[in-house]
Amino acid sequence: MSTQLSTQANRQSAEALARSKGEPDWLVELRGEAAELAGTIEWPKPEKVRIERWNLTAIGNYEQPKEAGAVSELPEVVRGLVAEGTENLLIQRNSGAVWKQTSSELAAKGVIFTDLETACREHGDLVQPYLFQAIAKDEDKLTALNAALWNGGVFVYVPKNVEVELPLQAILYNDNPEATFAPHILIVADSNSRVTYVDCAVSDPGAAAGPFVHPSIVEVFVKPGALVRFGSIHSMGETGVDMTIRRAVVENDGRVEWIIGDLNDGNTLSDTKSVLKGQGSTSDTKVISVGMNSQQNSLTTQAVHFGKSSDSNMVTRAVMKDSASAIINGITKIEHGATKANGVQTEKVLMLSPKARGDANPILLIDEDDVTAGHAASVGQVNPEQVYYLMSRGISKQDAERLIIYGFLAPVVSEIPVEAVRGQLQRLLERKLEG
Amino acid sequence: MATQFVIDGLKASIDGKEILKGINLEIKGGEIHAIMGPNGTGKSTLASALMGHPKYEVTEGSAQLNGEDLLEMEVDERARAGLFLAMQYPSEIPGVTNSDFLRSALNARRGEGNEISLIKFIRQMEGKMKDLEMNPEFAHRYLNEGFSGGEKKRNEILQMMLLDPKIVVLDEIDSGLDIDALRIVSNGVNAMRSEDRGFLIITHYQRLLNYIKPDFVHVMMQGRIVKSGGPELAERLENEGYDWVKEELGIVDETVGQA
Repeated sequence: MSTQLSTQANRQSAEALARSKGEPDWLVELRGEAAELAGTIEWPKPEKVRIERWNLTAIGNYEQPKEAGAVSELPEVVRGLVAEGTENLLIQRNSGAVWKQTSSELAAKGVIFTDLETACREHGDLVQPYLFQAIAKDEDKLTALNAALWNGGVFVYVPKNVEVELPLQAILYNDNPEATFAPHILIVADSNSRVTYVDCAVSDPGAAAGPFVHPSIVEVFVKPGALVRFGSIHSMGETGVDMTIRRAVVENDGRVEWIIGDLNDGNTLSDTKSVLKGQGSTSDTKVISVGMNSQQNSLTTQAVHFGKSSDSNMVTRAVMKDSASAIINGITKIEHGATKANGVQTEKVLMLSPKARGDANPILLIDEDDVTAGHAASVGQVNPEQVYYLMSRGISKQDAERLIIYGFLAPVVSEIPVEAVRGQLQRLLERKLEG
Repeated sequence: MATQFVIDGLKASIDGKEILKGINLEIKGGEIHAIMGPNGTGKSTLASALMGHPKYEVTEGSAQLNGEDLLEMEVDERARAGLFLAMQYPSEIPGVTNSDFLRSALNARRGEGNEISLIKFIRQMEGKMKDLEMNPEFAHRYLNEGFSGGEKKRNEILQMMLLDPKIVVLDEIDSGLDIDALRIVSNGVNAMRSEDRGFLIITHYQRLLNYIKPDFVHVMMQGRIVKSGGPELAERLENEGYDWVKEELGIVDETVGQA
């Protein structure tokens, strides 16, 4: 059993590892400070979920990545996700990048798409001003742990006025539960640029049999007038604990779109937040989750409005089977001075078993008068009237329920920007819903 | 075999309260029967009990379609056996497009290994939608979600046309329809008249029967069919109301299960 939390996350070993990887001094220092913090501060405390009861010790040890010769060498769980003919692909296996590819066209436009470790070494001037600026390393033990240990990761930089037409794709997978698997994803979209990024975090079901923890952080910086579409599917095995914190900082007239599929088989903490700093900045967040067995899910979406006329929309839909539970929090905060802001949120849970549990907690915190805000939440079972209606047309009960459940999740599924990922999401849903 | 539908001594209750107190009715292929009656006399309960709505419990009787008792079957089996109910209040199903739903229903009817090709399905669906003067956009809308009352009713008739049932029950199909929609819906029903198909039309206005001519008219009160006749019965009800029927039969309160 891995209990490396105490050893890895102390200042000496974190700094030593960083130095051995040739990381710049500023990063070595950041890791050392974070490691020290990780030993003293507390885990995050989401509503109604006691994550300290989860197995959070299996942080593992750094595993030296070995570059893959070809995508075809990678396990099936990874190959099936790769968008056909893609020229922009990054793959992380356990503790580091094993494959990366960027089209010459994008490189010529100045777009950077590489693993974050390489970016820190080669583009430190671009990385340093942003790394751990949307999420501070000292927020809690999770952020400190990621700061101390993050490996591989993704860095995307899109220069001013550049529009990246095709989605950039990253696949992060774990096939060794003993290895530290802690990606950090950093996206910087400069003024008036556009980019779509899609990733999948998976574990190889054949290999990742022991307990592991995936402490992951995503930071997105949307400069004035820029647009970032961020799609992400997490589908790790039941022995894993996924803790992923995502945050975007959006400047004037910028826009971020989050499309998140939390489809792990293990316990999941997922927190996705947009900080609408700029005037006219907007955010759209869509999250789906399917829980099975005794899985616990804490799913939070947040929008914080600072900018005047900023707009946020958040939708979370979760289907819980067996004795799985989902605690869904939606937090819309409108700060004083954010006049004409508008924030809307909806949380819905569909429970497919009497033992499944769902909780939707919409929270509006408003410190400004001249705003509009709304929320809707529902927790319930498949509506028997709907089942009756479909069955009255000859559709079997099983197929009727299936149609209703897929329909419930459709608003998010249909938005996934990469076809291969959308197809994979459909397969994952089928496996989780019908398996 | 010519379609034959025989309801025999059907009794049904809701929450332990008996609403249907022994319905007997025989419908042959090619016939149109109308059931009329004031509100609260059990008309819609008859439709729901035949289809198998989970709230209604059938306590006695049978409903044989070509020798098979529908009441022994699950709801979906009844539909596949050839029963179709156009509902008064169709459900809305978010996230499921009308065309996906229609194709699932059609394929369920056709059975495994005999699924309709996508192209053929689309051609059929679009043809029928045109007959019903439905905007093609309705194929891609979520099932009944945000449809007006009239649009829902048209969508019910569209399903009937695609599923080609043997026995059609129309439950208050005319409620909430303006005169144009009534004409379109009636044309749809009339186009489906055939020797293999029987209809049971439930309404409390004679208006619909100007568009769809019934062969037989039945009056329902107190959970029973209390009077039957030909089309002239509907006309007399339209002109004189229901009081003369009540008087003739000595009925004071025609409703059932209201208290």
